[in-house]
Amino acid sequence: MTMLQKPWAARHHPAWWAFALHRISGLTLVIFLPVHLLVLSQALDDPRQLDRFLTWADTPLVKIAETILVVLFAAHFAGGLRLLALEFLPWQNSQKTFIALASGFALAVGIVFLLSAFGGVD
Amino acid sequence: MDNNSDQRELTVHIWRSEASASDDDLQPDGAWQTWEVPVRNSQTVLDVVTWIQRHRDPDLSYRYACRVGMCGTCAMTVQGKPRWTCRTRIGTVVDGNELTIAPLRNLPIIKDLATDMAPFFDKWAEAGAQFVPDRNVDQQTMAPVKPDSRARRTADVAIECIGCAVCYAACDTVAWRADYLGPAALNRVWTLVNDEREASPKEHLKAVAGESGCLSCHSHQSCAELCPKHLNPTASIAGLKRKSFLLALAGRS
Amino acid sequence: MTQHKETYRETWAFVLQRLSALVLAPLVIVHLGVMIYAVQGGLSTSEMLGRTQSSFMWPVMYGLFFVAAGVHGALGFRNILQEMTTLPGRSINTFALGLLALVLIFGLQTIRAIA
Repeated sequence: MTMLQKPWAARHHPAWWAFALHRISGLTLVIFLPVHLLVLSQALDDPRQLDRFLTWADTPLVKIAETILVVLFAAHFAGGLRLLALEFLPWQNSQKTFIALASGFALAVGIVFLLSAFGGVD
Repeated sequence: MDNNSDQRELTVHIWRSEASASDDDLQPDGAWQTWEVPVRNSQTVLDVVTWIQRHRDPDLSYRYACRVGMCGTCAMTVQGKPRWTCRTRIGTVVDGNELTIAPLRNLPIIKDLATDMAPFFDKWAEAGAQFVPDRNVDQQTMAPVKPDSRARRTADVAIECIGCAVCYAACDTVAWRADYLGPAALNRVWTLVNDEREASPKEHLKAVAGESGCLSCHSHQSCAELCPKHLNPTASIAGLKRKSFLLALAGRS
Repeated sequence: MTQHKETYRETWAFVLQRLSALVLAPLVIVHLGVMIYAVQGGLSTSEMLGRTQSSFMWPVMYGLFFVAAGVHGALGFRNILQEMTTLPGRSINTFALGLLALVLIFGLQTIRAIA
């Protein structure tokens, strides 16, 4: 007995991977959003509590996690712009170029954030 | 006849069903069966299946009719991707010596490689993918349709569909939403929305709005990637979304 | 009748998803810039509040931001649940609305904190 459904070969093209990234980033952001707001709202009750959290978060591991979030955020933004253009502007045949540009933007934002987080001048 | 210039053999794995589809299981379990098939010049995937059926197992079930890429009946899953088998040459899909052939995804298996196409065509009907002539136009003196008008050109790029269901099998939204009309039916509706002879393009739009229609498309573009006629259902569906969006904002959805 | 109502609802889910995306796009650009700027030299509450209290535009912008993000996120979450789980439609709508409520409550508290 073997299961037949193995759809992965048909998914192996840039637009499908762009979809996968959009879904994974979207899901991550939607889970992160209420947590993010909850933590920030603590500044109202007790600014010191937020500062304690920020000090705790000031480690390389957290900064790398933050960078991943920033990359996903930028990827969802750039990929979303691509989708809005795809749906609302006349069709362009250079979809793969747009996907490459969106990915490049997300990576660039990630690198700039990483550099700022670790080596930012102040 | 036998141009046995090549003595090579191809190892072919074909999906054999153990039961037909039921309502809650479109594609029940089965097993892979393997044969060695002599390689021929310009051999197609359909040639391979036919050779096995004629020389090894007359019980192997599959479907084809025209053999020249017109009728849209012979589509199967080849090396994991849906393809028209009559015009897919072995050389373009086999990298090495192995070939796997399975029935189309997202459709109920009847037996082996033959799937029931009824749900696919039922959705065309559901989408209202039929031309409705404008009765106000004089039927005797034919209304001229300029071939180079924008609407006609938009309709033209999407009309060569042969109804093979390759896009339907490739589509993940079809797999994830049982009611989703699918790329082929929606592509067809897009041609009608742009048809100047249509009585009511807006009625066609309304029929494909909503969860089961164009708005559920995620632009995976597997349909456009694999359409053997090089049509782009994603582009057609994007057009439907755009028009539905404007219709909703205008308060007429 | 119910068919029509459902179509109507799904059409508006789509329209709101795209409209909220259009609202979010410029706000995301600003937020990306702020994050990159603020993370330099480490984050602190006083620095954050100093910035957001400098102009009424910051709370207004972030207020618009969390509402649009909540709507956009809840609709996307609803889509994912519809496609990747077997939950009934009613529970899916409840989960999506619950998520929206969380974002709105915490968002409002945050705006009050930073204004």
